[in-house]
Amino acid sequence: MPPEPLLQVRNLRCGYGRIEAVKGVDLEVAAGEIVALVGGNGAGKTTLLRAISGVLPVGSGTIRFAGEPIERRRPDERVALGIVQVPEGRQLFGPLSVLDNLRLGAFRRGRARTRVNLERVFALFPQLAERQDTPAGTLSGGQQQMCAIGRALMAEPALLLLDEPSMGLAPFLVEQILETVVRLRAEGVTVLLVEQNAVAALSLADRGYVLETGRIAYAGTGRDLLGDPVVQEAYLGV
Amino acid sequence: MAEFVQLLFAGLTTGAVYALVALGFTLIFQASEVVNFAQGEFVMLGGMVTVFAYNAGVPLPLAALLAVVVAAATGTLLHSLAIAPAKGATVVTLIIVTIGASILIRGLAQIIFDKQFHALPAFSGDEPLRVFGAAILPQSLWVLGGSGTIVLGLWLFMERTLLGKAVRATAANRLAAELVGIDTRLVLTLAFAVSAAIGAVGGILVTPITLTSYAVGTLLALKGFAAAMLGGIGNPVGAVVGGLVLGLLEAFAAGWISSTYKDGVAFLVILLVLFALPQGLLGRAAVGRV
Repeated sequence: MPPEPLLQVRNLRCGYGRIEAVKGVDLEVAAGEIVALVGGNGAGKTTLLRAISGVLPVGSGTIRFAGEPIERRRPDERVALGIVQVPEGRQLFGPLSVLDNLRLGAFRRGRARTRVNLERVFALFPQLAERQDTPAGTLSGGQQQMCAIGRALMAEPALLLLDEPSMGLAPFLVEQILETVVRLRAEGVTVLLVEQNAVAALSLADRGYVLETGRIAYAGTGRDLLGDPVVQEAYLGV
Repeated sequence: MAEFVQLLFAGLTTGAVYALVALGFTLIFQASEVVNFAQGEFVMLGGMVTVFAYNAGVPLPLAALLAVVVAAATGTLLHSLAIAPAKGATVVTLIIVTIGASILIRGLAQIIFDKQFHALPAFSGDEPLRVFGAAILPQSLWVLGGSGTIVLGLWLFMERTLLGKAVRATAANRLAAELVGIDTRLVLTLAFAVSAAIGAVGGILVTPITLTSYAVGTLLALKGFAAAMLGGIGNPVGAVVGGLVLGLLEAFAAGWISSTYKDGVAFLVILLVLFALPQGLLGRAAVGRV
């Protein structure tokens, strides 16, 4: 029997009010994998990540993390379990300093861990160390994204959910962010990556899902999806 | 000179109480965007609970502590029973909820206590101090010192502790706060409890000077709101400055023009701020970049 996946989503439905944005999604992420989730605007990618983090209530279906059902857990409990998200649009605490943003990332981890993790984040993103006293809202776009990822790493994620980390960034920064993702996986972090930059995401992912109006339209290894003519035409702009 | 100093101290004393009410407004507004018009009732509860516990034989410090606890518990209940269930409601709806809560608290206070005015003994005697020919009540110094201590304590909490930063983080971005593992519901409850406790302390400190009754909350809420608006709503420093300025304006209007117009000053201030200075004295544009 294959080992149980780290994250297992079964027949998940959820949305906003009467609008159902995710209409019965099945998805799995095994420990150590990078899984990409691609699809057009309004396909339900962000909604799905919010449901996994627990900031959006689940309509029906199940979410299991490390074998345990979590769909009724509070968001802060899920962070404590190791599900940490870098949300779309960074969502930093703008008026607070970079350092405070990072410290708050470790809100559920204690003081000793905070110190260790802070060093780790500063080693990964030296620019954050230089600007640790500036309000996070005044950072440049790339630095904001680093701060958002750094804040998530402070929580010691077992599963990192990344929502459009390359959005609005210059190409060399996109590359830097995606390299970071690969590096994190090498350090043992499992990654579920949502990207509009589908080619880049699928190239570095082990497996991928294509989400279309709230349903999984295609699933496969990153390479298979990149080579699939239908996926190419619809999502990769080839 | 004597008259000026007299009015100055009178103004600073009432201003300090307005500042505490305004600070309560600010704390709740920052954390939840709710303008809590029940804020004045916490001041009332502070004074009334202390009076009744003290008259029942409880030593004054314990009676005051009891009053702060009762007010904080009321604030907690207000959040969990009335505000939290209305999650997602519009700001206007939430304001109406808090006005309803304020009427309810006042009604209950009228039944549980009574309709009379009550006094407390001054904490350290009634012998006025002479300063530049003016007579200053020692209780005024208690009000000023107590309010100053609270402002400082709150500042240290918000700036220096991780929990205080979690409150500010929740205010800045609730979604992100949930995603880093802050239990935002708990933070909001905390904001209501702390606001209520701050209001109650104001009520306790000022009762020996101004007396209290079940109905003092309404006017205090309006004055505190005016002070918060004047200082720039959502800004804690502004709340303190706004409170003191409003208190001074009232005192000097009463002394130099006529005490008839004293309560009108607050409303004049609200109107002027709305027309001429919607950001308030210290209101600032949000720092941010998309």
